[in-house]
Amino acid sequence: MHKHNLQQALIHTDPWASLRAFTAARIALGRTGTAIPLQEVLSFRMAHAHARDAVYSLLQVEPLTQQLTVLGLPVNQLHSQAADRHEYLQRPDKGRRLNEGSVAQLMGNNSPYTSDAAIAIILADGLSATAVNHHAVPLLSQLIPLLQNINLRLLPVSLVQQGRVAIGDEIAMLQQATLVVVLIGERPGLSSPDSLGIYITYQPRVGLTDEARNCISNVRPEGLSYQAAADKLYWLIRESLRLRVSGVELKDQEGLLNG
Amino acid sequence: MIYNTTIGNITYNFIDLKTVLAKATPYRSGDALAGLTAESYEERVAAQIVLADIPLQQFLQEVVIPYETDEITRLIIDTHDTQAFAPVAHFTVGELRDWLLSDAADSEMLRYIARGLTPEMVAAVSKLMRNQDLISVARKCEVVTKFRNTLGLKGRFSVRLQPNHATDDIKGIAASMVDGLLYGSGDAVIGINPATDSPAMTTQLLQMMDELRQQFEIPTQTCVLCHITTALSIMPQAPVDLVFQSIGGTEKTNSSFGVNLSILAEAQQAALSLNRGTVGNHVMYFETGQGSSLSASAHAGVDQQTCEARAYAVARQFSPLLVNTVVGFIGPEYLYDGKQITRAALEDHFCGKLMGLPMGVDVCYTNHAEADQDDMDNLLTLLGVAGCNYIMGIPGADDIMLNYQSTSFHDALYLRKVLGLRPAPEFEAWLMRQGIINETGELQKVDKQHKLLQSSW
Repeated sequence: MHKHNLQQALIHTDPWASLRAFTAARIALGRTGTAIPLQEVLSFRMAHAHARDAVYSLLQVEPLTQQLTVLGLPVNQLHSQAADRHEYLQRPDKGRRLNEGSVAQLMGNNSPYTSDAAIAIILADGLSATAVNHHAVPLLSQLIPLLQNINLRLLPVSLVQQGRVAIGDEIAMLQQATLVVVLIGERPGLSSPDSLGIYITYQPRVGLTDEARNCISNVRPEGLSYQAAADKLYWLIRESLRLRVSGVELKDQEGLLNG
Repeated sequence: MIYNTTIGNITYNFIDLKTVLAKATPYRSGDALAGLTAESYEERVAAQIVLADIPLQQFLQEVVIPYETDEITRLIIDTHDTQAFAPVAHFTVGELRDWLLSDAADSEMLRYIARGLTPEMVAAVSKLMRNQDLISVARKCEVVTKFRNTLGLKGRFSVRLQPNHATDDIKGIAASMVDGLLYGSGDAVIGINPATDSPAMTTQLLQMMDELRQQFEIPTQTCVLCHITTALSIMPQAPVDLVFQSIGGTEKTNSSFGVNLSILAEAQQAALSLNRGTVGNHVMYFETGQGSSLSASAHAGVDQQTCEARAYAVARQFSPLLVNTVVGFIGPEYLYDGKQITRAALEDHFCGKLMGLPMGVDVCYTNHAEADQDDMDNLLTLLGVAGCNYIMGIPGADDIMLNYQSTSFHDALYLRKVLGLRPAPEFEAWLMRQGIINETGELQKVDKQHKLLQSSW
């Protein structure tokens, strides 16, 4: 009690705390001297700690494999050319390509090619494995039944460690997919250590860049809900297959349709 | 020219000037990613030994990107001022370093030679300098610019108030603006990074800021950091004080940003014709950052720090009010940790100042970089000593729209206090009239009745 009173006496509070209702920004923090009060320093530090832990979190390969199997989806466990997080952070090129073992694995179990549209689904850790560990399966639980209803052929799901978005292009090529959906952990923000991003690419092939993709961002309970994300993803997949495009061209179409 | 040196029984041969520059650069992840960095510690110092003996004249003979294929090389060569170059024309890079640190190179002399130095010369000498050297030479440079107030005077230190909001909510942005103003920030500019780069949204944000500025008679300028073509599309109707653009140091980098020298010139003319400045007419605001050329696959084999210095040649062509390097935003594949970010920031600040630019620094990092607020505190303090014109002021250092950490209003107050620095004079007088600071610059207690808090919320 004494400690609390002393802290209150030392800290200049700001009489505009009511403005916090308008923004999530860290306003009206008060001060001691010119410094930010300790309580806020610790809360900031904790948010940063969560973000840092998310960057170094590991994909829970076995539990995810089990959960996906329950959904009826066979799983390939793959790894990029980036050996570890240290290399992953400094060599984005290596995070975009599969290592030799993973290539051999995919070449080995290729199903015979058929002309109907096939969807490759990739789960990659990206910059927050936590996001994938938390949100990928709940999202797929909503999406898979929608895709099965329209008889889309689903290829085995790939779980990729140390992967970036573009690694989906190589995997999808090896799987002979028509379209690839990559679920990946986004760069953690201070208030969002577990934000999942989704990238859709039509006729994926190695060497494509961001303008060839459509993106759904910030999938997590505090952001875009699983249901809303699944609905949007389902719509994008159908439109992409129908119009045979993805990326900037599909976005333009989206504008026209909405307008 | 032949670039080689022998260390022990190894002879190091460097094929051309750009290779010497790249290999002489202190280690950073971006140059390693581009495959340009020295292969050993010894090779790096060997390259520095070679670099030290290269005459500055050689930089006018051997360009790092061909004149024929790059409009920035053409700009650098065609605008080189031989008269300004004369006092240093006989130096090697190494002699330039020693001269810059001598008492002969005072503020006036440094201002005189600025247009005689090409970005490659400035980048080259910075590679030979320790952090201490970068600080003490930059500190001697004074670059003053004006629009509605006077920025960059010795003993002054300004802040860009950055009131971003994830969905461009007008009240949310206004709340952060009021917070920043009451903490003494906003003299460099009040500048919003919009979440949506549309003409309608940009106009709406500009109008809101302009009304607030006029209502409280704040001697500062406002800016929405939209793409330059968006700004062009809304002038002259919208209240555009400053035209913003991200720029890089190669023609191809700028193409990836959707700009070129002629668009920049067109925008500058459009903003000048609005005649909105009161004490000066510096109407351009540029952001840069090491790594942007590599990121756009447009570095042409030139190291990222030399590319960055070339961006300053673009900037100075348009007499900007503000230039800042967004040093830690690009990520660890370009600048891995606090050490690399700190070094890059001091290089950028030095190179920009020596070339005559009003340099600020966004002292910042992302959550996947090996850095934290302690690194920012260190860098902030170093830059204050180096005489940096301004930093960013963001509520609690946490940008909720761009998702990165920079510096806070509190951080700016800390620096002003420990180094005895003051806001821009016109803005300082306004802060005193508002009862926000007293004559000694101390923050005053503000009550609920303060008129900045009486807007229609």
